[in-house]
Amino acid sequence: MTRAETCVVACAEAWRGDGAVLAGYAGLIPQLGARLAQLTFAPELLVTDGEATLLRDGRVEGWLPYRAVFSMVAAGARHVMMGASQLDRFGNQNISCVGPWERPRSQLLGVRGAPGNTVNHTTSYWVPRHSPRVFVERVDMVSGIGHDRGAHEIRRVVTDLAVLDFETPDRSMRLRSVHPGVTVDEVIAATGFALTIPAGVPATREPTEEELKLIREHLDPHGLREK
Amino acid sequence: MDKRVTIAEVVGEIRDGMTVGIGGWGSRRKPMALVRALVRAGKKDLTLVTYGGPDVGLLVAAGCVKRVVTGFVSLDSIPLEPHFRRARSAGTIELTEYDEGMLYWGLLAAANRLPFLPIRAGLGSDVMRVNPGLRTVHSPYADATELVAMPAVGLDVSLVHLNRADAGGNGRYLGPDPYFDDLFCLAAKRRFVSCERVLSTGDLIETGPPQTLLTNRSMVDGVVETPHGAHFTSCVPDYGRDEAFQREYATTDWDAFRARYLDGDEDDYQKAVAG
Repeated sequence: MTRAETCVVACAEAWRGDGAVLAGYAGLIPQLGARLAQLTFAPELLVTDGEATLLRDGRVEGWLPYRAVFSMVAAGARHVMMGASQLDRFGNQNISCVGPWERPRSQLLGVRGAPGNTVNHTTSYWVPRHSPRVFVERVDMVSGIGHDRGAHEIRRVVTDLAVLDFETPDRSMRLRSVHPGVTVDEVIAATGFALTIPAGVPATREPTEEELKLIREHLDPHGLREK
Repeated sequence: MDKRVTIAEVVGEIRDGMTVGIGGWGSRRKPMALVRALVRAGKKDLTLVTYGGPDVGLLVAAGCVKRVVTGFVSLDSIPLEPHFRRARSAGTIELTEYDEGMLYWGLLAAANRLPFLPIRAGLGSDVMRVNPGLRTVHSPYADATELVAMPAVGLDVSLVHLNRADAGGNGRYLGPDPYFDDLFCLAAKRRFVSCERVLSTGDLIETGPPQTLLTNRSMVDGVVETPHGAHFTSCVPDYGRDEAFQREYATTDWDAFRARYLDGDEDDYQKAVAG
């Protein structure tokens, strides 16, 4: 079992119990997670090819052009796992730019659909490198809104070190589990704000034999997840 | 009802300072032959409204742009657009940054001759901070929900690229997604469709089911056949994105790129990229 495989399963877990909602994703690990969830414990999940085609276990089952995606967004029938260049304790996310918006040090993608996603439906985040550069006190441009700004639900943040959630009284970020081989202190050191740390942080669950077989032989036989 | 025009005639209708809507999405089905022609013509102070890709990059690098109205600028397989990034950090362009769904709603409002449409997207986000002119409204009904009053995004001109069209402007997409090309046409005063092939109306109808006819002739003022005209963006099923060329674009100094590919006309460009 590799760290990437743990992360795929942790991403899949974010969609557990969602029913027939549209799974959105940015990046390979969340994509594998969504497909794994659909193949196992979340069979009703809708998964796209990243463009306008709905896939069920790799086979076409429907059509969903962007205009229809926006309707599902507005209706709240979606759970996306986006990336985050910056993220704060309430789940405010930035993918727009770093530095002052008027003249940024680094222009990134733009806000994309993050404002609409976060106000309308469940959103989770995938952070491939957990660091104080990502987990900051204040984000430079609030793209996705957090719980203190009216987010519908920020459910999980999956990183290369840990899984975080917002199951606290003020819905600020909490350490939910650490991946096997990672210590709580490592996560604290890699986070630029004070996390809620429960007594006795569990380890992120390990993939089952079935899940490992699906990931290795079916979903990602060329091992792109390890790159 | 023969609306066939040349690239030069389309460019001649676009004056400095106009607001130009560009169809497609990211690095997908962009009217690049028309974009290249705007670069060659040295247009100035354009406001671009677009789900941004290399259309933004080329026009910004060439100094044609005053403002970009968008939710993102990306080359898809290369996430960040180098020329747009450089111009933003240098402060040489202005930006109106909306959520993607807000931009859709703004085009939809313009297409439906409404001053605004209500939407939740944007509430609570810094889109409200960087667009201080945005207002919210409250539902006049019992729920009294607060919503963003997304203003209509009206266009002087729209440029879109489709797979097939007839000479009158009935147009068809053959790929997986119409994007918002019909709305760009409906939101604009003057509308130009470039396409891979102009067919007779009869032949156009034969190429697929009626629901993939995205534009009708009332939505279009000019049609120009530009084979391979979306290059280097994707125009499936006619051709995919030219990833090698896009990498060259993204990593080559602008002056060198321009000299190599853009100093001649569209025929020269197509010969150069055919290698």
